[in-house]
Amino acid sequence: MLRPLVALGLLGMLAALPAAAQQVATAVLRVDYPALLPISRLDLPTDDLGFAGAELATEDNRTTGSFMGQTYETRSLATTPEEAQAAFDQLTADGYRIIVVLARHDELLGFADSAPAGTLIFNARATDGSLRGEDCRADVLHVAPSDQMLTDALAQFLVWKRWDRWFLIHGSHPEDQALAAAYEASAAKFGARIVDTREFVDTGGARATDSGHVLVQQQIPVFTQDAADHDVVIAADASDVFAPYLPYQTWDAAPVAGSSGLRPVTWHAAHEAWGATQMQRRFEDLAGRPMREEDYQAWLALRVVGEAVTRTGSADPAAIRDYVLSPDFELAAFKGQKVTFRDWDGQLRQPILLTEGRVTVSVSPQEGFLHQVSPLDTLGTDRPESTCTAFGGGQE
Amino acid sequence: MIRTTVAAGLFLGMALPAQAYKVFISNERGNTVTVLDSETWEVLAEFPAGNRPRGIAIAPDGSELYVCSSDDDTVRVFDPETYEELHTLPSGPDPELFVLHPSGNPLYIANEDDNLVTVTDVKTRQVVAEIPVGVEPEGMGISPDGSIVVNTSETTNMAHFIDTRTYEITQNTLVDQRPRFAQFSDDGSRLYVSAEIGGTVSVIDPSNGEVIHKITFEVPGILPELLQPVGVRISRDGSRIYVALGPSNRVAVVDGQSWEVLDYLLVGQRVWQLAFTPDERFLIATNGNSNDVSIIDVAAGEVIRSVPVGQQPWGVVVSPE
Repeated sequence: MLRPLVALGLLGMLAALPAAAQQVATAVLRVDYPALLPISRLDLPTDDLGFAGAELATEDNRTTGSFMGQTYETRSLATTPEEAQAAFDQLTADGYRIIVVLARHDELLGFADSAPAGTLIFNARATDGSLRGEDCRADVLHVAPSDQMLTDALAQFLVWKRWDRWFLIHGSHPEDQALAAAYEASAAKFGARIVDTREFVDTGGARATDSGHVLVQQQIPVFTQDAADHDVVIAADASDVFAPYLPYQTWDAAPVAGSSGLRPVTWHAAHEAWGATQMQRRFEDLAGRPMREEDYQAWLALRVVGEAVTRTGSADPAAIRDYVLSPDFELAAFKGQKVTFRDWDGQLRQPILLTEGRVTVSVSPQEGFLHQVSPLDTLGTDRPESTCTAFGGGQE
Repeated sequence: MIRTTVAAGLFLGMALPAQAYKVFISNERGNTVTVLDSETWEVLAEFPAGNRPRGIAIAPDGSELYVCSSDDDTVRVFDPETYEELHTLPSGPDPELFVLHPSGNPLYIANEDDNLVTVTDVKTRQVVAEIPVGVEPEGMGISPDGSIVVNTSETTNMAHFIDTRTYEITQNTLVDQRPRFAQFSDDGSRLYVSAEIGGTVSVIDPSNGEVIHKITFEVPGILPELLQPVGVRISRDGSRIYVALGPSNRVAVVDGQSWEVLDYLLVGQRVWQLAFTPDERFLIATNGNSNDVSIIDVAAGEVIRSVPVGQQPWGVVVSPE
């Protein structure tokens, strides 16, 4: 796969750089799960979701590679849950050893456990805590944040606001329960209290077409009536069933946060600080649409690869893995500080944006949440709490 | 940029009252340029400068003021006396920062969105060359003899050395994350490149492109993540290097020989760019988030005042002697 490229013409320009000539082949595999249309049509799926971000990263890497004697190629493939394993096997049979995966827990684990030795997988979608804990795998690095990182990011802001009485509303699906558990853990970690909890059962209820909002306007106030005194409503709705209906419809005049209202995200299209405007413009020129989290995460995964190849002069997945888990690795990612990897579970440390949809409201970690290693480690599972053993507990 | 050493020597000997210069500050969000008097520090004027003015430079003879109007995809040329717009220069898309050849022509412009450096003749108002560089070009520095122009690309993380005669890239140097600014020492023997996210300033030997040292920063009680080097200026004798440290609200004073940080001066919020007055009595720092500039008394090593300017001040340049 890693064919040395004869690039004599470039060598003259490489005086101060490690002489290198590689072809870097990567693949992006996206599993599309059957789903109802999203509640908001602003969230409609696009065919190039994630792929466009990967393409931007590949272009970025190519430009850098043109000065380094390295070329980059990325193959993008969308599949179904049924055909996912076969698609992954085909990619590895075709020689791909660096694969960015946008899939859920089960498919991702299937890939990780079946991949040929020396394969490196980047998880650019799944947020399950277990994938960083008891189900962690040495060949999987996570650029997507964990649920706990996202809920901690929101919790820090709410605690900073002294909005520490939470009314938690979660969905009825297992992933909603998992998200609710992450909020409960965040509350305990940062000193907030969950004063009331309700489950919003998915009955396949009214969507916003036709006069759905009329029903919503009747249902939500009733559903949220007589809750214990609270400062904020926390929505744990990983399944996109009810959360967008909560703001302005609750019985009490409380702000909504979590799966709607103020949301913790890795990226949103209005983010402008730290040079992000340039990133948004480059992406929109390329894709003709605003950049989403999946695009940012795919971009991030391939930029991690590009940065490692640039610095090490090697396109070997094992060398890339070693380098990115080492203290030498750092990457600028339009978040105001360098992003790095946790060497005990393969999770990328990164600031989390809090947005209400139109602007960046805040960015966590919040000021005053201190940590002996990195303030970013106040988000998510820290080394002492980690149950991941595949990384040998990291270097300490 | 041009050295009027004879005149400077005379002034030093005779202790004449210092000359007043005009200080021009581009206000990125206010779409204006603010003009200050360097003696009284009063605002002389504030005039419109197109959409999103960032990079700002002045001709060595003080005859023309150049402003990157980033969102207009052009460089606007103003009369530094009347503040009237004289004409525009083709700049390529989204010009951010530029540097003028020591002779006053041409202008080397970083096009942030298009991975290009555009070279524009300020007399004929024509584009002379376009040079492909890394992703998100920003910092522009030129050697004192004008033979090499250096561009830094923020996502590629390189300093690209460009031969100003052939417009070819002669060497590339990898630096730390998000390089923002490139500045040669006055004797041309050193190139300083700041890395905003890497938190370092690389000291580079321009003859071979090697990084010979990395300046790092540390302020007790300030998160290391906030120490983000952007603008760099060097005293003419090379003894002091000044580095603007972004959201840490500090300007570092660095020894030009040992590269040790001697002091951190507290300035306004999110300090990005710096400029000396030609007599090097003062250093002006733009504070993007507090909408003011900090005036540093160079000899005393103290911030003597802050002056409110327009919205989100970005760049600063001072009229020549």
